[in-house]
Amino acid sequence: MTAVNEWAFIGIFLAVAWVLPAAPLLVSWIFRPRRANAIKMQTYECGVETVGDTWVQFKVQYYIYGLIFLVFDVELVLLFPWALAYNQLDFFAFGAGLLFIFLLADALVYAWRKNALEWA
Amino acid sequence: MEAVCENIFSTLAPCLTSSGWDPSLAQFVSILLGVLLITTFPLLLALLLIWAERKVAARVQDRLGPNRVGPFGLLQNIADALKLITKEDITPAGADRIVYNMAPVIAVLSVILIWAVVPFTSTNIGADLDIGVLYFVAISSIGTLAIMMAGWSSNNKYALLGSFRVVAQLVSYEVPMVLALLVPVMIAGTMSMQGLAVHQLGMWFIFTAPVSAIIFYVSNLAETGRAPFDLIEAESELVAGYNIEYSGMKFGLFMVNEFIHAFTANALFTVLFLGAWAGPFATEVPILGFVYFMVKTALLYVPSLILRATVPRVRIDQMMAFNWKFLVPVSVVNVLVIALALKIAQGLGLTPENATDFVSNIPQTIVLLIANLVVVVFALTLVRGSVRKERLMTSGKRAEPAAGDAEQKALAATVAGH
Repeated sequence: MTAVNEWAFIGIFLAVAWVLPAAPLLVSWIFRPRRANAIKMQTYECGVETVGDTWVQFKVQYYIYGLIFLVFDVELVLLFPWALAYNQLDFFAFGAGLLFIFLLADALVYAWRKNALEWA
Repeated sequence: MEAVCENIFSTLAPCLTSSGWDPSLAQFVSILLGVLLITTFPLLLALLLIWAERKVAARVQDRLGPNRVGPFGLLQNIADALKLITKEDITPAGADRIVYNMAPVIAVLSVILIWAVVPFTSTNIGADLDIGVLYFVAISSIGTLAIMMAGWSSNNKYALLGSFRVVAQLVSYEVPMVLALLVPVMIAGTMSMQGLAVHQLGMWFIFTAPVSAIIFYVSNLAETGRAPFDLIEAESELVAGYNIEYSGMKFGLFMVNEFIHAFTANALFTVLFLGAWAGPFATEVPILGFVYFMVKTALLYVPSLILRATVPRVRIDQMMAFNWKFLVPVSVVNVLVIALALKIAQGLGLTPENATDFVSNIPQTIVLLIANLVVVVFALTLVRGSVRKERLMTSGKRAEPAAGDAEQKALAATVAGH
C-alpha cells in the first residue's frame, strides 16, 4: 500500500463521512412538522424574555488562556519531529530538546508569575 | 484469497482485478467499501454506547434503566432516534443559520474521521498514515471548533457561556494530552498507529510510561467533556450549555458525537498504551485482535461511565488550575525525564534490539519505570506545595471571623456598659 493510496483513503473517507451525519438531518427534514411561530422561535432563557445583545464582550481570561494555548500548541507541533527521530539521534538531541522545552516552560512560568493562570 | 493483507480492502482489489475489472476502478471500489465499513461502525456503536451508559447510570442509582423496548431495552435507542427524526426543528430567532446547521454535522464528522487511523487488527486499518498521531491531534481539534460554532451561533447567552467554557476547557486540556502523546512516539520512534501497535507487541506502553498514560486518560476525560469535567454542558448552571437551542435530530447528533467521542478517546488510549490488538494469537488470527481491541476499550470505557454517575462536577477555576498548574508542568517534566532515561538506556546499551520481544524489552522498561517514579515524586511535591498554600489561606480566613467575633463582643460590652 503506497502513501498515495492512504491519502486517497482519507480523501474518500472525508467525502463519505460528511454524508452519514447529514443523512438523518435530511430524513428529519422530510418527516418533521413545520408549525413555526414567533414565540416558539424565541431564544430560550428559562421562560424569561431575553434582554440585550447575546454577542457581548466577554471575560478577558478566556482570551488569555487561548493565547497560552497557542504558544504551547505551536511549540508542541514542532516537538513531534524531535520525538520521532529521538532514538536515532545522539545525546545532543536531549540538550536541544531541553532548551526547546525550557522556552516552553518559561512561557508557562511567566504566565503563572503574572497571575494569568488565576481565575479571578 | 491468500494474498497478504495490508489493509481492510487489500484482498478485495486484487480479487476484482483478477476477475476482469479495471485495476484503478477495483482499487476505488475496494477503498469505498472500506470507507463505508469504518464510517458506519462508530455510528452503529453509538446506539449500543447510549444503551450501556443508561444501564450503568441506572444501576449506580439503583434503578433498572431502559428495559421495555426489545430484549434488555436494547432497541430503546432506535425508538429514540425515530422519535427525534419526527420532531419539529427549531432554529432560534437571530441565530447564525449556516453555522448553526453546520455545527452538528461537523461535530460528528470530526469523531468519525479519527476512526480512519485506528488499527482494528494486525492487518485491518483504514489508512496507516505515517503521521497517524498528528492526524489524531489535528482532527480532534475540529471537534472543539464544532462545539464552539454551536455555542456561538445559537444566539443564546447560556449557549455562549458554554462555548466560552469550551475555549477554556477543551483547548487547555489539549496541551497535556499532546505532551503525553509525545512519550509513546519517542519510545517507538514512529507516528503511525499501526507502527505503535506493532512496537507494543513486546511491552505495552502503559508499563513503560504509566505517568503519560494517566495524564492521557485524565485529559481525555476533559477533552470529551465527561464527568467530573462536564462543565461545557453543566445542566445545573448553563441549562445545557452549547446545545441548549438544538432540538430534534440536530440535538441527537450532538449526543451521538459525545458518546462516540468518549469511546474513541478510550480506543486511542488502547492503541497508544494498551497495545491495540495485541494479545495471544492476535497476529495469527486477525479477527481475535479485533475482539481484544474492543474488549480492552470497553474495559476502559465502563469506569468512565461509573465516574459520570458518581463524581460531582468540579468548579471552573479548580479545573483550569488543575490543568495549568498541575497537569501541564507534570507532563513537561515527564517528557524531559523520559527523554533523559531513554538516552541513558541507549548509552548503557539497554535499548531492545527486537521491540516485539518481551524479554529484550525488560531492561529499558526498568530504566523508564525509575524515570516515571521521579516524575511521580515531582508531581507529589507540586501537590504538597499547593496544599500547604491552600491550608495557609484557609487558616487565615478562619482567623478573620474570630477577630470579628472579638469586636462584636467588645461592641456588646460597650453597649451594655452604657
